[in-house]
Amino acid sequence: MWEYTDKVKNAFLHPKNAGEITDADAVGEVGSIVCGDALKIFLKIDKETGKITDAKFQTFGCASAIASSSALTELIKGKTLVEASGITNQDIADYLGGLPDQKMHCSVMGREALEAAIANYRGEAIPQETKEKVICKCFDVTEDKIRKVAIENHLTTVEDITNYTKAGGGCGECIKDINDILVDLWSVRKPEKPPKPRKLTNLQKIALIQEIIEAEIRPGLQADNGDLELIDVEGPKVIVELRGMCTGCAMSDVTIGRIQEKLRELVSEDIVVESQQ
Amino acid sequence: MKTIYLDNNATTQISPEVLREMIPFLSDYYGNPSSMHTFGGRLHKKIEEAREMVASLIGALPEEIIFTSCGTESDNTAIMSAVESSPRKRHVITTKVEHPAVLNFCRHLSRKGYRVTYLPVNNLGQLDMDVLVKSLDEDTAVVSVMYANNETGVVFPIREITEILRERGILFHTDAVQVAGKIPIDIKTLPVDMLSLSGHKLHAPKGVGALFVRKGTRFSPYIIGGHQENGRRGGTENVASIIALGKACQLALENIREENRNLSSLRDKLENALLKCCPDVRVNGDAENRLPNTTNLSFEYIEGEAILLRLNEYGICASSGSACTSGSLEPSHVLRAMGVPYTAVHGSIRFSLSRYTTDEEINKVIEVMPPIIKELRQLSPFGREKLSCPSS
Repeated sequence: MWEYTDKVKNAFLHPKNAGEITDADAVGEVGSIVCGDALKIFLKIDKETGKITDAKFQTFGCASAIASSSALTELIKGKTLVEASGITNQDIADYLGGLPDQKMHCSVMGREALEAAIANYRGEAIPQETKEKVICKCFDVTEDKIRKVAIENHLTTVEDITNYTKAGGGCGECIKDINDILVDLWSVRKPEKPPKPRKLTNLQKIALIQEIIEAEIRPGLQADNGDLELIDVEGPKVIVELRGMCTGCAMSDVTIGRIQEKLRELVSEDIVVESQQ
Repeated sequence: MKTIYLDNNATTQISPEVLREMIPFLSDYYGNPSSMHTFGGRLHKKIEEAREMVASLIGALPEEIIFTSCGTESDNTAIMSAVESSPRKRHVITTKVEHPAVLNFCRHLSRKGYRVTYLPVNNLGQLDMDVLVKSLDEDTAVVSVMYANNETGVVFPIREITEILRERGILFHTDAVQVAGKIPIDIKTLPVDMLSLSGHKLHAPKGVGALFVRKGTRFSPYIIGGHQENGRRGGTENVASIIALGKACQLALENIREENRNLSSLRDKLENALLKCCPDVRVNGDAENRLPNTTNLSFEYIEGEAILLRLNEYGICASSGSACTSGSLEPSHVLRAMGVPYTAVHGSIRFSLSRYTTDEEINKVIEVMPPIIKELRQLSPFGREKLSCPSS
């Protein structure tokens, strides 16, 4: 059973803007019945302002596909085409309070339908999918789509690609090809992660550690009625003191381990966190 | 909200009689049947009684029953034993529509260098016996064909298969997990060599199964350990569940013919009503040759997970062969092997009834299903010209 948020369930059971606009100014259609989901959106666009005055959808698919379609139409109504074209699949997922990983492709489908509709309105040719290199034959996913979705969502594993595009989720023959694309893609550019500062002065390092503790560590501990204070930094050694419920907690070693992991990731590989008794 | 449980091919409720029977063995009588003292040792007798009851259900001898932990273990054990007993033979035959317990075990064997033939089925889910005959050769160690399919309920011609194999002396295993307790099985007149069954499909708890191994069949244990089950399956016995399985088999045997009639009449009522009041619905599988409790219907132009979640709002439990419910992205391998079009596979719903299904429950499903189908079709971009539904 999928863990759907209440927002997904609600949008599925009571979808907004379902139906069709017979005199639509733009229509976008993606997916197919063979693949298991398909979405068609209809837009009414005010020619003066470029605003989307009405949006409706028809969807063949699972609960999250229907919910994503409903969310998409809610998101774009009242926006100008320029504003709407800035909507990402993550915006759709966020609007629904998140989607299960394996269902992210539903949000991607929403975004693609919007793109198709906007292209349709502007009289642009819909990208000729057939001319592009199809990587996943089961779900008809092109190399361009894999690259695009990977970049937009910072995807680095084949599993992610399958969750977001379905590519590789059928017979599995293209898994190696997808992996090659990812290797090629991320060897040129790095997925956008917070850059790890190099060569900090001692003062900068202490300030950074303090900042991370304040922003990323203390709120979590405080939520469990615990707390922590930075006592000192001696070279790679970071000395902290556990407070509140953290004191004498059987899990305190785990807590310290997690803090160390976080600081190693964001500050320096050689950090050792110790707790002052 | 009352649950209307129509997913009995997935699992069943433990019947109250079975639960009553097993509880003392989870609380007071916790001994080990292998012990020398009476407290534990007397449990051995209870296990043997359970073995007799399981044997009776299928017309076997008690010593032909090995208790296992589940249907999957029974299936794995049977096929492994067959290939280990004839190490020179490197060919296994099964079908494209088996349960993963057999299908994936055969794939595992093919990675180990075995040759595996997967028999096709036609669009009614029936086996092509000619392909079976043509696939047999001197290298064939075992044929494993399910007694009935879990998704469609289609019953396979087991007797015919045993006749073909017996003349050639090839071992035959059948996964009867969906059949045991639903339709009568008489191993005395049906010469299968090995047969698997599972507790939780016939109102016993999860975590217990049995494997029938005909007397005289060479057997090689899969789980190796103590001397339990006559050295054929190591591991301390799951006493309470084994006793429960015995009781469940006894109950099934007592009521099988009457239940059979009731189930098929309720199932037919449901199926006919849905076929009548929803357009573009098809029955998947050979309707003449099915388990009495199963119906697999495809509702065109809509997707199964969406149907299930709408049914869920009414407490109705069913299952689907759609890709979205499989955990993978591939829809049902069974329906695909039958050549059911993708449009219909994605919209497939299986209702599987049990002895506890009531007329009232079936009426409720008949009441809520047509509007669900209609509403989802109104959302769908496909099949829009056919939205009329006579009853709603």
